[in-house]
Amino acid sequence: MSTVSLPTGTEPGPGAPVVPSAAGRRVGRRWYRQPALMSGLVIIGLIIIAAVAAPLLTSYNPTTQNLTASLLGPSAHHLLGTDQLGRDTFTRLLYGLRVDLRIAFIAVLFPFVLGTVLGSLAGYFGGWVDVIVMRLVDIVVAFPFYVLVIALVFVLGPGERSIYIAITIVGWVSYARIVRGEILVAKRQEYVLAAQSGGLSSLRIMGRHLLPNVISQAFIYAMSDIVQDILAIVTLGYFGLGVPPPTADLGSMINDGQNFLSTHWQLTTIPGLAVVLVGLGLSLIGDGLADILRPGQS
Amino acid sequence: MGRMAFVGRRLLQLIPVAFGVTFIVFFMVHLIPGNPALSILGIHATPKAIAILHQEWGLNRPLWDQYWLFLDRLFHGNLGESLYYGQSTTSLVFSHLPATLWLIIYAAVLAVIISVPLAMTAASRQDGLRDQVVRVVPLVGLGMPSFWLAFLLILLLGIDLHVFPVSGYGSGFFGHLRSMFLPSLTAALALSPVVIRSLRASMLTVLGADYITTARSKGVPGPRLFLRHVLRNAVIPAVTVLGINIGFLIGSTVIIENVFAIPGVGQLMINSIFQRDFPVVQGVTLVFAVLVVLINLLADVAYAALDPRVRFD
Amino acid sequence: MSEPEGREAPRRRANQEMLTNEQLNPNVLEVEDLRVRIASKRGVVRAVDGVSFEVPRGEALGLVGESGSGKSMTLKAVLGVLPPEAHMASGQVRLDGTDLVRLSQSTLNRVRGPKISMIFQEPMSALNPVMRVGQQISEGPRIHLGYSRARAEERTLDLMRRVGIPDPERRYRAYPHEFSGGMRQRVMIAIALSCEPEIILCDEPTTALDVTIQDQILRLLVRLCQESGVSLVFVTHDLPVVAQVCQQVAVMYGGQIVERGDVHDVLLNPRHPYTLGLVRSAPDVEYVQDSLRPIPGAPPSLIDPPDGCRFHPRCDFAEDDCRTGTVPLRLLDGGRATRCLHYERCGEALAADRAAQGATQ
Repeated sequence: MSTVSLPTGTEPGPGAPVVPSAAGRRVGRRWYRQPALMSGLVIIGLIIIAAVAAPLLTSYNPTTQNLTASLLGPSAHHLLGTDQLGRDTFTRLLYGLRVDLRIAFIAVLFPFVLGTVLGSLAGYFGGWVDVIVMRLVDIVVAFPFYVLVIALVFVLGPGERSIYIAITIVGWVSYARIVRGEILVAKRQEYVLAAQSGGLSSLRIMGRHLLPNVISQAFIYAMSDIVQDILAIVTLGYFGLGVPPPTADLGSMINDGQNFLSTHWQLTTIPGLAVVLVGLGLSLIGDGLADILRPGQS
Repeated sequence: MGRMAFVGRRLLQLIPVAFGVTFIVFFMVHLIPGNPALSILGIHATPKAIAILHQEWGLNRPLWDQYWLFLDRLFHGNLGESLYYGQSTTSLVFSHLPATLWLIIYAAVLAVIISVPLAMTAASRQDGLRDQVVRVVPLVGLGMPSFWLAFLLILLLGIDLHVFPVSGYGSGFFGHLRSMFLPSLTAALALSPVVIRSLRASMLTVLGADYITTARSKGVPGPRLFLRHVLRNAVIPAVTVLGINIGFLIGSTVIIENVFAIPGVGQLMINSIFQRDFPVVQGVTLVFAVLVVLINLLADVAYAALDPRVRFD
Repeated sequence: MSEPEGREAPRRRANQEMLTNEQLNPNVLEVEDLRVRIASKRGVVRAVDGVSFEVPRGEALGLVGESGSGKSMTLKAVLGVLPPEAHMASGQVRLDGTDLVRLSQSTLNRVRGPKISMIFQEPMSALNPVMRVGQQISEGPRIHLGYSRARAEERTLDLMRRVGIPDPERRYRAYPHEFSGGMRQRVMIAIALSCEPEIILCDEPTTALDVTIQDQILRLLVRLCQESGVSLVFVTHDLPVVAQVCQQVAVMYGGQIVERGDVHDVLLNPRHPYTLGLVRSAPDVEYVQDSLRPIPGAPPSLIDPPDGCRFHPRCDFAEDDCRTGTVPLRLLDGGRATRCLHYERCGEALAADRAAQGATQ
């Protein structure tokens, strides 16, 4: 049949450099021109700076009680007022952010690693390995997220370590699924077949060739996972199961404030607002990354 | 024939899951650092009490025996006895179940009512103003703790307006409808961002599909086009999405029942945690898992019923 | 279709005309100066830039060109099923004398099906996957002709037999994914025929099919048209297909028509360098050559087309006057038209080819 079909009309215009990244993906647009990504980074950046610089921003101690100054409204001395034990809300907010953010950022690592490893093994080797891993996934997924996390933290006892363990046990599942899916597709690509026929060991193929291409999706998911972890930590804090008092924690702050909802609503509202803001920033980063890393996007 | 085989296959896949789930629930007690019996009975427990517990729960025997014992009792409907209430866990759970089921169903219905129109509006004019607005919802909503949202709603709708009660289950059908509105709304709003996002995506896919152009070229008028062609295809991925997220909805009952003081299974769990009532915590965790699995199965069956391509797997 | 602002009266009148107009016009379809613009991130794409043609009753017109020449958009604009990012900037589309552009959506819907319908390229994706095939075919008659379910089913079975679908009673209740590609295309044809339209727009209906099936479907189309007198607008990039199905052909390039005329005349005696290039690079056309020669270069940008003749960057015969100004479509004798200022060069090149061929034989 006739062969007149040449590539279609519009040529790529100027201003869109196509830079192959190390992992072989095309990073289409300049990343700093992405509004979503940039605003997300700005928000998170500001929050992290505030949290880290907490001692510089406030002179109060987050745990010192001062019963004579309880339940004050916002003022020059106390930017956001005080809670029922006289602790400065602004200070507790900053220190609470510190604690919760730190735990969340660490907590996301373990499921990421565990899930990626298991997912890679399942996707690459298939067969029995795949069946076992997917059954494990089914088992974990059968439990509602919060139910299992709360139950595990309860059983393991209060403290940071329990939080990490519980989140890892429950959270690896999503990473495993994503990575497995990506590898199932990627392993049919020609460069993998070439590597295999070249006699490279499976481990090397997985590590050097498949993983770098596949990890970007897991990384994007990690952004939303951090948000989920923060929510989990805050929820645990609300129930008194997370970081033990008197350490400032956004969740326990909300809990403390719920008795004063009608009179001092800021005690409950402000910490939650902080969480929403962090969630917003991270989601924007996640969306921005997803847009950039989408393959072949014009 | 194809459909029965599909359901049958799914049920078969559930057997290892059932074992795994029951094992985790069983094993939870053994995760307790230190002496489980001591933790359960408290530090003032007498050696005799500890010995009795060991006997009853077979804590001296090897792990597999204990698991078998656990399964055996489970099969006979025995989830142990509540340390706090002195009742059988099973009866406790069943008495608390109706409220939770109310919450779940009410919330699911509200979530659909909220999400479908919003997703539709957003998808009908992609990148238009309404679409941009709707797309902000998941960004903000996904980071929102549900109990915080609950307080917000209480502040706005409950306390000031006095329209909806802020706690309790109410009595009678309409009493439930009123009392459960705020909690169900909270749960629905917590669920909506994810559902809206997926629904919008699937609707966009459908709207851009070739068969919609074909239908338009046939002169199919607007309403019929939407119902029989667009919606009929868009519900399929939506059912999957809803099924996946129902687990989350069920889990959020734990939080919401606590905030709104609803006597459901979630509140039972939290209270039992504070009362260190291990058997009940175990039992409730198991019940939750069963609920999730059942609903997921339902979603799968619905999916198979809606999509004719599946039957001929 | 962009709805014109203002004035209700002309629209109502146009609607009335449409519904009562009898066959007064020798041409079933007349397209005049059609322009379609597509909004894209890189600028406004002039996908269709001043296309005009007529389709006489009972005849088939071929629209030939490569991907991106605007052929599909032309068809979609005629029927009013452009994708949301595209809109018709100007032009008239007269079906039986009535301008479709001025009609409201609801009236347009009543025209689609009974008067004009379309067949699409990808039968895989062009059928609703969750609706039974029989229902998809009978949907038209039920909506437009007011058939009852039973009568529509009868008609559907009849149509299915006419297009060559075996065992129609059983297949009626089947879903699209149970059919092969060729069968799905037959279903599409049945759908297009279901309300007995006067003209069917065909968007590369056989491109996605196997070679053997292609021939069957083409023969089917030709036969159906001869039997019922339906006109066709047949879009393709495949020259032999056009020769098989159509009486007239219009060659499109860069969103414009560059040559038009009787199909055999155009293919044997091209009067535009692009057509010449097409013919030279098609292995199956009845032409005198012994080697395939593809056209060098790439298609023009539709956002910023070249000045003058759009083909001049790739043309062997280009002169100075080809590079500036706009080149109109000029009518020649014998029903031919061309957009080339120096079309005689094609004839000369042709003769040279034949001489070379003769020398080597």
